Amino acid sequence: MTVLDHRPTAPVPGWLPGATAPRTDPAPLLPDPAPVRVLGTPELAGYRPALLRELYRRLVVGRRYNQQATTLTKQGRLAVYPSSTGQEACEVAAAMVLGEDDWLFPSYRDTLAVVGRGVDPLEALTLLRGSAHTGYDPKATRTAPLCTPLATQAPHAVGLAHAARLRGEPAVALAMLGDGGTSEGDFHEALNFAAVLKAPVVFLVQNNGYAISVPLTKQSAAPSLAHKAVGYGMPGRLVDGNDAVAVHTVLAEAVERARSGGGPTLVEALTYRLEAHTNADDATRYRQGEEVTAWQQHDPILLMERELRAAGLLDDAAVAAATAEGEQLAARMRTEFHAEPTLDPASLFAHVYAEPTSQLREQAEQLAAELAAEAEQ
Amino acid sequence: MSLVTETRTATMAQALNSALRDTMREDPTVHLLGEDVGQLGGVFRITDGLAAEFGADRCLDTPLAEAGILGTAIGMAMYGLRPVVEMQFDAFAYPAMEQLVSHVAKMRNRTAGRLALPITVRVPYGGGIGGVEHHSDSSEAYYASTPGLHVVTPATVGDAYGLLRASIASDDPVVFLEPKRLYWSKDELDTAAAVAPVGRAVLRRTGRSAVLITYGPSLPVCLEAAEAARAEGWDLAVLDLRSLVPFDDATVCEVVRSVGRAVVVHESTGFGGVGAEIAARVTERCFHHLAAPVLRVTGFDIPYPPPMLEHHHLPGVDRILDAVAKLQWEA
Ligand SMILES: Cc1ncc(C[n+]2csc(CCOP(=O)(O)OP(=O)(O)O)c2C)c(N)n1
Ligand SMILES: [Mg+2]
Repeated sequence: MTVLDHRPTAPVPGWLPGATAPRTDPAPLLPDPAPVRVLGTPELAGYRPALLRELYRRLVVGRRYNQQATTLTKQGRLAVYPSSTGQEACEVAAAMVLGEDDWLFPSYRDTLAVVGRGVDPLEALTLLRGSAHTGYDPKATRTAPLCTPLATQAPHAVGLAHAARLRGEPAVALAMLGDGGTSEGDFHEALNFAAVLKAPVVFLVQNNGYAISVPLTKQSAAPSLAHKAVGYGMPGRLVDGNDAVAVHTVLAEAVERARSGGGPTLVEALTYRLEAHTNADDATRYRQGEEVTAWQQHDPILLMERELRAAGLLDDAAVAAATAEGEQLAARMRTEFHAEPTLDPASLFAHVYAEPTSQLREQAEQLAAELAAEAEQ
Repeated sequence: MSLVTETRTATMAQALNSALRDTMREDPTVHLLGEDVGQLGGVFRITDGLAAEFGADRCLDTPLAEAGILGTAIGMAMYGLRPVVEMQFDAFAYPAMEQLVSHVAKMRNRTAGRLALPITVRVPYGGGIGGVEHHSDSSEAYYASTPGLHVVTPATVGDAYGLLRASIASDDPVVFLEPKRLYWSKDELDTAAAVAPVGRAVLRRTGRSAVLITYGPSLPVCLEAAEAARAEGWDLAVLDLRSLVPFDDATVCEVVRSVGRAVVVHESTGFGGVGAEIAARVTERCFHHLAAPVLRVTGFDIPYPPPMLEHHHLPGVDRILDAVAKLQWEA
């Protein structure tokens, strides 16, 4: 059953012909009656053990990354950290389904996905450390800057995917958003453009239940966020966002569909933000501890470890190896973030335009003179 | 008149909260709308407790869409309500720019005065709080250069209360700019006495050598600079504009004529900024009283820098005193 099933397959009598007639596309735009799950189902047996172990390894290392980043905020080493703790399955899968030439369009919460693309954690986190806006090279890493103004990255992903298609290149763009971001106009414009242009783009909405304090019930009256795809004429998939295998599967299908000319897909991943919005937020003001505890039972790492162990695909040694790798990463982050960053005041003026204006040159000289005078004192 | 009149120590955030609460108690047509303004009380807690006291309909957690928030407020105002909108941060007000510029600012004019939009758009603005990208913009010049909008910004606890009340009472739309870095500043607040009319500048410090003309987040820095200037033998006055639109030409010119030297200070970028307008107006009106050109001390003409570098960008005491030193004293 899909929402389109009640639609007539032939034009309704009395409708005007041509453009004003109702569209009768029978394509099942909402194919998932329930969130897609693989863990805990017989489907799991059909997966390559290497893929499953790799997903597990990345989840464990990713969790440790999140924990360490949050700790760094407490030590004043990061200005702010919007943690993806509890959402690692989405972060990890989003990075894994993309090839080298594909592009990722992350939001502020997605540094783990950025690291998953191969970006160094120190470079991925300069924005949140407060030392530089974007610490990595977007072109070299095929990763757009972390985007803070909500949903504004979605049309960028569409445009990039459209350009790749115009150039006859197989690149796919994947844009990451939150549930709250789906309320912004840019999200809707992006979906519409993507569908009209048949752009090879995938929208991953991590529905983590909240936009800061605002629960989904106040955000949307739609039966699901995946439903929003239908009005634009693209498939809307629904997946258990804490089932890393399911997220990987659904995203990989959407990427493949985009790459082969099938057009865009909207994926809604049901997940939960286990920590506060950021370290600056007090989540006790708007949600109950029991809710968090309930979701902890559905933790992506817990699910993965339980199912893989049950399937005989994971042993103590593999668990220990992943844990050790996480500790190594955390130790490296501690060392690197406790060192003072090199900051160049002249950099303020360096990249405002291709060539600094005469005004900016003057202002750079002014600052340099001020700093020189300060140094003399 | 406030229902609750009391004198107490309050932060600017608390003063704003009191202004909203007192206004809502008096006027049932006042409705708040914004992101996280309900249960959470706003990310800066300016609406703390208001949903609990007045209910969700009067203090509404909206879906996350600034154009939608302001557009909806326009419709509510057309039907006789007096909406107060909260934009979460300066840069996150930009999606609402079309509603603001094309409708809020122009409705009175487009309808030959038949349709007024008494909407207050509260915008936390400015830097100095260690915020990352897009959390520290000074957007006042965009608003001030849009005819039809009043642009108001308090710099003290008392003015935060008085100006917000006056702004909500205004039948014109007001962009109410709240200097984030002063949210936690503390002072005595006497809600009965805290009356501040929109459109009036106020002298915060008298002085005979020169005047620092400023507003919002830069007021404390200017007062500090004036204090430090005494050691250099300068007696600086400090003028707090409070309203960028309407602009108080009369008070500004009176002060400038009496001292003959002026420096305009704001943290927003200089090029095409509010300071350029002020310097031009003062020069046009007070030229023969000036002993030196009106100078500006502003943020650099750059996108707001990362937090670890922001202190280089923000006008500080030294940069202000450097400008004062250039006011042709020897002549
Ligand atoms: C245009 C815009 N408006 C407001 C904000 C402030 N803000 C930052 S995150 C956030 C909540 C976003 O919620 P959601 O999209 O669900 O993503 P999550 O944080 O849950 O990952 C808000 C309101 C913003 N960044 N951009
Ligand atoms: Mg969310």
